[in-house]
Amino acid sequence: MQAEPVLPLLDIAGLSVAFANDRGDDFTAVRGLDLVVAEGETLAVVGESGSGKSVTAMAVTRLIDNAGGRITGGTIRFRDRSGAVRDLAREPAADMRRLRGPEIAMVFQEPMTSLNPVLTVGDQIAEAIELHQRLSHQAAREEARRMLERVRIPEAARQLDRYPFQLSGGMRQRVMIAMALSCRPRMLIADEPTTALDVTVQAQVLRLMRELQREFGMAMIFITHDMGVVAEIADRVLVMRAGEKVEEGDVFAIFERPAAPYTRALLAAVPALGSLAHESLPRAFPENGRDLPPQDTVREGGPPVLEVQDLTTRFDVASGWFTRNKARIHAVEHVSLEVRPGETLGLVGESGCGKSSTGRSVIRLEQPQAGAIRFEGSDVSVLRGDAEARLRRGVQYVFQDPFASLDPRLTVGFSIAEPITTNRLLSGPAVEARVGELLRQVGLPPEHGRRYPHELSGGQRQRVCIARALASEPRLIIADEAVAALDVSIRAQVVNLLMALQRERGLAFLFISHDMAVVERIAHRVAVMYLGQIVEIGPRQAVMIDPQHAYTRRLLAAVPVPDPRQRGHERGLDDSEVPSPLRRLDDPPQVAPLVQVGPDHYVARHHVGGLY
Amino acid sequence: MLSYLLRRLLGVVPVLVAVSIFVFGFVRLLPGDPARLMAGPEASEADVAAIRHDLSLDQPIWEQYGRYARGLLTGDLGRSSRTRQPVATEIGARFMPTLWLTIFAMAWATVAGMTTGVLSGVKRGRWQDQAAMVLAVSGISFPSFWLGLLLIDLFSVRLGWLPTGGYGTWQHFVLPSLTLGVAVAAVLARFTRSAFVEVASEDFVRTARAKGVPERLVILRHTLRNALLPVITMTGLQFGFLLGGAVVVETVFAWPGLGRLLVDSVSYRDYPVIQAEIMLFSLEFVLINLGVDLIYAVINPEIRFR
Repeated sequence: MQAEPVLPLLDIAGLSVAFANDRGDDFTAVRGLDLVVAEGETLAVVGESGSGKSVTAMAVTRLIDNAGGRITGGTIRFRDRSGAVRDLAREPAADMRRLRGPEIAMVFQEPMTSLNPVLTVGDQIAEAIELHQRLSHQAAREEARRMLERVRIPEAARQLDRYPFQLSGGMRQRVMIAMALSCRPRMLIADEPTTALDVTVQAQVLRLMRELQREFGMAMIFITHDMGVVAEIADRVLVMRAGEKVEEGDVFAIFERPAAPYTRALLAAVPALGSLAHESLPRAFPENGRDLPPQDTVREGGPPVLEVQDLTTRFDVASGWFTRNKARIHAVEHVSLEVRPGETLGLVGESGCGKSSTGRSVIRLEQPQAGAIRFEGSDVSVLRGDAEARLRRGVQYVFQDPFASLDPRLTVGFSIAEPITTNRLLSGPAVEARVGELLRQVGLPPEHGRRYPHELSGGQRQRVCIARALASEPRLIIADEAVAALDVSIRAQVVNLLMALQRERGLAFLFISHDMAVVERIAHRVAVMYLGQIVEIGPRQAVMIDPQHAYTRRLLAAVPVPDPRQRGHERGLDDSEVPSPLRRLDDPPQVAPLVQVGPDHYVARHHVGGLY
Repeated sequence: MLSYLLRRLLGVVPVLVAVSIFVFGFVRLLPGDPARLMAGPEASEADVAAIRHDLSLDQPIWEQYGRYARGLLTGDLGRSSRTRQPVATEIGARFMPTLWLTIFAMAWATVAGMTTGVLSGVKRGRWQDQAAMVLAVSGISFPSFWLGLLLIDLFSVRLGWLPTGGYGTWQHFVLPSLTLGVAVAAVLARFTRSAFVEVASEDFVRTARAKGVPERLVILRHTLRNALLPVITMTGLQFGFLLGGAVVVETVFAWPGLGRLLVDSVSYRDYPVIQAEIMLFSLEFVLINLGVDLIYAVINPEIRFR
């Protein structure tokens, strides 16, 4: 007997969306897209930036009307609660508003900015309930409290009167989810909901969303760039590129038998944690289908390039004219590490763990309170004359956001030339020749030197930042989340570029990152930071295969695996949060030397804070 | 909240001490000798010296400051060297006209300016927005003496509805406060618009729409409330400026206010009056700023909870 054909919940056919620009011609962001979502199913829409995946979501909810875009063709057929099929592309704005919330809800990427800063969490959730369910304010708040409990927020009743800034990023995203689900929508559109979260928090939120989807029996469109997340959550996958559908299929089929070359390239560029489990040395991403040799660049003997001993940086909080300062952030607490010539030390941890403060303290963007810093064997703890010049030239920094770290009013050639002229390395026409050479080394044509940052893509801009870092011929580059803002395929290219530069010039890297899979690719040794302290440091293979600290294990377990067959339903994750490094003045953290557990492998055995 | 208020009030003290020192010093940097100006061109050296002694100008400067500071603490502002009247009386007589004029001008200008700004922001890019902004730019650039004279010509001379100048009944307030408020309304309209447009592109405004909040509430509850913060700062600043007395408008409408008193005092090198007026302006500014910060704390929980 044949089953009744099930009508899909959402059926998009031939959808095109355009944005008008200043010149009057339209830019088409989505072109002829077909997409179907069945009731209760999770469809992951995957693509890199500019693929049109978010625009599609905005078109379905018609928030696109307020974002300057316009649906230029196609239909968005949605079957509402009463069973009527409506074309959302042509629905009047007022009716559309009544659908948003009770029928279709959204969760966005940025939990920090997606909540209204001047309204309490309770009022923001209750607002939607009052509007759509016509409940009194009191009843709506009661319902809001129940929603907060459903998203596993502790002490829900107390949280109702708190403001967004009083909550952590993970908690805010739970509030966003509670708000979206408060009217029992039949479809949830989640636009990169975990991208801005730390990896352990991401794992918690993903698990929560999966559970809630089952409890509420709703369909979900999950937009993401992260194949690991796709493998964790999707039933079906739709791959988009430049506004068009590349491929669509069952999650297992996409991962195991990708048909389109673009999907294959995307999957190849995804760093899968554990892919170098059996190698002791790092190895670059395969290029053009060919494996590259292992990164055997560390030169033993001789002094390390960088030696940091008991580095301590603390920030005092709230020191007004008439207030004594009451608390202190222990950003970096007795951190000791060394980086050898030609070596990459990966410094990993979650936001607020002090990894960036460590990097910034080394080059004195922050002023450390204590500790010794030696660069190529000589003391640079006190910046004076010779030592300062040596440090400033020998250690360069690459930041996370390549757009913000280039002056928009200067050509990139000028930005690259600046360290050459300030360090008086060259003068006259030789500078320009050198800039061209540096651009070539980072894989850009020398003509790009005449361009301005806004004329380059994100990946190209980060290449420019690397060229600028190379300009003063440094021995060590501190890369602070340098590939975090890049798309996966670009990220792989930039990681490979850094590794090629290391092979050619024997450069050393302090590679600060939250991304364990990238660190596995690039690092010879790994240091794990938690609450301002290094809790584990050792050879990459040892730390990742046989982690000795509980926090390292938790961090590794939370990394999504880009393989739907290894879906980590029950990885024993808890809903605990990383505590704050902010402490009372009379309550300094416990500090103790690390204990050796293997060759070059050290681990903290004392209580650092929180659970560990 | 209470400790915040107390802390802020305490913070006012060093500001006022610093201002009193600066004012005292700068007034004495003005070229010209008050004693000679008072004595008149025919006076002998002995007369000038007598007046100078009388005004304590022959004493060392720190003793003069000490005397002045003691006076400030005990509420004695001294006597005007021009009219021989107590400074408090001089300023007191002029303060209320300026205060009322400022209040009337600010009241209509704030309402008109913010309303125009929000409407412009909502209709941004359309003709309503463009028309409002043309008006706003005109309002900022139109010289107030010219506007005042035009209004007098129309409403007082031709139509005979309102008095040409002076201080007294409510009719006297109409034209001066209209003239004074135009520039403020224009500035606030532009300021409100840009703040509104900026907040309108924030993620949480999109969130509000995503949960189906009606447009009217998106504007009022989610956008405007967040856009108010910079607008309130600007309103406070404008309020402070106007309280300092609008010399031009007061002159055009023969208004007995603080602005004209200050100009007269400067031309006579009337040190006590100049000092007292500037101290008063500083105090007003500091208090207005304090008020602005308190309103901030009410609107923005992040400040309240710090």
